[in-house]
Amino acid sequence: MRVLGIETSCDETGVALYDGGPDGAGLLAHAVYSQVELHAEYGGVVPELASRDHIRKLLPLIEQVLDEAGLSAAEIEGIAYTAGPGLVGALLVGAALGRSLAWAWGVPALAVHHMEGHLLAPLLEDPAPAFPFVALLVSGGHTQLVDVQAIGRYRILGESVDDAAGEAFDKTAKILGLPYPGGPALARLAEQGDPTRYRFPRPMTDRPGLDFSFSGLKTFALNAWRQVQAEREDLEQARADIARAFEEAVVDTLLIKCRRAVEAAGAERLIMAGGVSANRRLRARMDEQMDARGVAVFYPRAALCTDNGAMIALAGHERLVAGQHEALSFGARPRWALEALSTLDGDPAS
Amino acid sequence: MKILALETSGACCSAALLIADRLKQRHEHAPRRHADLILGMLDDLLREAGLRLSELDAIAYGRGPGSFTGVRIAAAVAQGVAFGANRPVIAVSTLAATARAAYRRTGQRRIACALDARMGEVYWGCFRVDGPNALTLIDQEGVLAPESTPALAGTSWCAAGNGWEAYPTLQERHRSALEATPEPIPGRLTEIGPEAEDIAWLARAMSDQGKRPDQALPVYLRNRVAEVSQKQTERL
Repeated sequence: MRVLGIETSCDETGVALYDGGPDGAGLLAHAVYSQVELHAEYGGVVPELASRDHIRKLLPLIEQVLDEAGLSAAEIEGIAYTAGPGLVGALLVGAALGRSLAWAWGVPALAVHHMEGHLLAPLLEDPAPAFPFVALLVSGGHTQLVDVQAIGRYRILGESVDDAAGEAFDKTAKILGLPYPGGPALARLAEQGDPTRYRFPRPMTDRPGLDFSFSGLKTFALNAWRQVQAEREDLEQARADIARAFEEAVVDTLLIKCRRAVEAAGAERLIMAGGVSANRRLRARMDEQMDARGVAVFYPRAALCTDNGAMIALAGHERLVAGQHEALSFGARPRWALEALSTLDGDPAS
Repeated sequence: MKILALETSGACCSAALLIADRLKQRHEHAPRRHADLILGMLDDLLREAGLRLSELDAIAYGRGPGSFTGVRIAAAVAQGVAFGANRPVIAVSTLAATARAAYRRTGQRRIACALDARMGEVYWGCFRVDGPNALTLIDQEGVLAPESTPALAGTSWCAAGNGWEAYPTLQERHRSALEATPEPIPGRLTEIGPEAEDIAWLARAMSDQGKRPDQALPVYLRNRVAEVSQKQTERL
């Protein structure tokens, strides 16, 4: 089944065409337009500007992706769009256009949960992980550990009680004076940092449980940064050292919690998804740790870690093939619990 | 000529199908329920007429001004339907639609429209009616504080739109121009707003202005939104 996927939950407009099933050709085309520059001068995503940009960019991206895949409208058999969680105005653009287009084409539509998209994204790769697995979802908006038994059978094992990991990266980068969004720049800077100079805490690892807390780390970074500024040290090196200490703390914390989650669930497979899962140090150290335990680690290619239409097309495809579809209406669910999703049989939440 | 029109910029949700000179409309007062209703209304109208989307000449939509989310829903639905059906889109001003609705009810030929834009402002547009579907915009549309709205030339102006009710200063400012208006102000005309019916008729008169579906964009008028929102997002 050939499914058009649409993602507009935050500041990326993503569109993809996915051909699923045993005879399917897989991912046929995908394109992402990032609004990062639009929001940069405000130091964060401005929701109204995000919505205004999505409606300018979405249809041209759909046309581009159809062109790249060499498909005509008549060959599309379903449309999947992100309905939540995310920014309500941004979500509504994708939902309205996606649902209307499906009506006009006479094909079924499916409202996809953004985080289900992320956690199924590794299924776009070869080899794809088999169920069950434990998923670490780490992005600017979320940090969650999920026990995934099957599509729609999700149990949240732990999540951040305050900042998401990616949010902590961005905020710490801002403290260190890096331009928005500083997360990826912070990770690059950390490469030059001395890992022995500072040691930041590994929050909430001194007690049992799988929840995270990252907001305290930025305070640590702020204090360290103020101190080096007061002491007029070599600021460039100090900035890199603080970045390194911060990154080490986040990565260590994620590693410790993942180890616990895999043990608790008795899992043989771990998947990582979300923007932060593209972090090189995190990937390298997770591979190493899980390899030693005989746990296979899966993650999508970097381009499919951040928000994209391909993961939405895939998640929608699985449900459309199972016969699920939306009524002739649409809507946005800015807050939508992953555990509230049904299974492919339509059974209520596990 | 066959035109399918939709309007979701305010508290009402409406859809209309115009075939030659016959018009059918679905209209509901439905704040924040446009997304639930609009596609069902469009589907209903087509089924009733036994018409396919591909048989339409154009898709028309209320392009704003109005609620940001509302006009985006109208534009996004128009884009989706028009692209899916490979039909052109026609963007119609919600202020012009309001003026036409006021003309329909009163026969008045000078209509001053003010839609409540919140934040102490109105969406403002004044029209001269030369015929049922021939409206001429005087000057330009804008988002203005009531006290900054330009003086209305002459008399016999009809005040239309909820902005007149929201801001009594607007009435005071234009009292002399409105005085000859037979309708009492404030009166029922303050309840007049854009409807798909008027979008459809106005679109027919603009049928040479059909555009590609990706050109079906909202007109917000209020474009200084970032400074306001910035404070809301600035937290560390």
